Amino acid sequence: MTAPLIEGQGLTLSFGGEAVLDDVSLSIAKGEIMTLIGPNGAGKSTLVKVLLGLQSVNAGRVIRKPGLRVGYVPQKLAIDRVLPMTVKRFLNLTHHCSLAERIEVLDHVGARHVLNSQIGDLSGGETQRVMLARALLRKPDLLVLDEPAQGVDVTGQAELYRLIETIRKEQGCAVLMISHDLHLVMAKTDRVVCFNRHVCCSGLPETVRQHPEYRSLFGYRAADAIGIYHHEHDHEHDISGQVVDGCGHDHGHHHDHSHNHTHAHTSAPRAKEHLNG
Amino acid sequence: MDSFLLRAITGGVLLALVCGPFGTFIVWRRMAFFGDTLAHSALLGVAVGLLFGIDVRLGMIMTCLMAALLLAVGQRQSKLGSDTVLGMLAHSTLALGMVALAFVQGVAIDIMAYLFGDILAINTTDLWLLGLGGGAAVLALVAMWRPLLALTVSPEIALAEGVPVERLRVVFMLLMALVIGIAIKIVGVLLITALLIVPAASARFFSRTPEQMALGAALFGVAAVLAGIYLSWHVDTPAGPSIVISAAGLFLVSSALAPIVRRLAYLSK
Repeated sequence: MTAPLIEGQGLTLSFGGEAVLDDVSLSIAKGEIMTLIGPNGAGKSTLVKVLLGLQSVNAGRVIRKPGLRVGYVPQKLAIDRVLPMTVKRFLNLTHHCSLAERIEVLDHVGARHVLNSQIGDLSGGETQRVMLARALLRKPDLLVLDEPAQGVDVTGQAELYRLIETIRKEQGCAVLMISHDLHLVMAKTDRVVCFNRHVCCSGLPETVRQHPEYRSLFGYRAADAIGIYHHEHDHEHDISGQVVDGCGHDHGHHHDHSHNHTHAHTSAPRAKEHLNG
Repeated sequence: MDSFLLRAITGGVLLALVCGPFGTFIVWRRMAFFGDTLAHSALLGVAVGLLFGIDVRLGMIMTCLMAALLLAVGQRQSKLGSDTVLGMLAHSTLALGMVALAFVQGVAIDIMAYLFGDILAINTTDLWLLGLGGGAAVLALVAMWRPLLALTVSPEIALAEGVPVERLRVVFMLLMALVIGIAIKIVGVLLITALLIVPAASARFFSRTPEQMALGAALFGVAAVLAGIYLSWHVDTPAGPSIVISAAGLFLVSSALAPIVRRLAYLSK
């Protein structure tokens, strides 16, 4: 087995006495698509920043594979209007590429028409594509995307995730992304990490989806979102009292979680009854 | 042409060429107040130079560099807003400079010359300093152009992709200090910021890339210097302020022309 591209060990960080990362250990293997999901304020962006070396930690360490090339697409790109910047020039931001290469990569992400536009004039979706194109030009070993589908409409989102998967296939780079779009992401990812200050659960999308902690974090919204795609599955596995009990045992120290679980437990059978009736 | 006039023009043009690219970064990185603060600290350098018997120019460059270093360290740790830190340093160094100058015995100092510059009094040593010092600063800026610009556009992308962000920040501040220390002889403590930011602002109207804006700023600066010296020569106005007024006039004309130029560019597409 080859060494992971990036590995975080026991990452712990708190801001003003409040824990943001609580003993987080995580690693990304070559060529895998890993998606971080979790509620707002769960520290997903912070975790990514720590892994990238943008943020230091109170304890723990980050090991990067030597010579690792990262392509980073941040959550937002706020280029001041006072700084004139065409897309053509922006693609050369951290290193130089020929014009042909730049046009090719824009073609690939479906944004060739903005080559000569000012960055500030782009729509949300175009900005995301251009940022992705720029990151790709680096031929990265690891592509890091912080909510890549932000400001992109729903059809665009599905297309964007498809594109990310295609890129991984073609370039063989690993992808680490943060996402809110649960059901869209699930289909296009190898490993899901459900994160809320600590790694709640991780694994294949199928496994994570059935994990009680995942359900307690995302509640019915998530169950619904997935229900669209896996309706029968949900009902057979997830509404069993055993799973809920099992979780209460494993994660007894998270009081709020187990509290939520009982709710899920009591209300779920009612829903089933309703369906049956 | 009188040789002092020729020296003034040469010095002014050289300075404008240096200030162009530096000024664009000042504007992009919102460091106008930072430049102002360094300039204010230079007056302390005049006093230091006179008191310790070293060249006044060297004294100014040294205090500018010291102030930049102080800010590079201080801003990172401070709980105060950076404008507060800058304001405190600017005015306390200016006051300290004035007080220190009061202790300098037996030398008649033309404070006005330091506050508003004295471009017509440029000598050959000044020109050499400007050519070599300013030239070196511009070469260094060109060498670090791409990473510094990446840092300006997005510190996060730059850092994630291996740009040595902290080092660049400090080096840029020191280069800035060098340029301001050299420039004060010509346009003075109170006007140097204008020569840095006004041509850059004018160039913004007509540029589509950062590089175009930097070159444009240099050209607008040269035009302002030439117009200012012309004004000073024919109407007998003080040279430094005349240059700044010319720069401001060029900005107003640019802002009026900008929509027309944009329309023409659009039509020609």
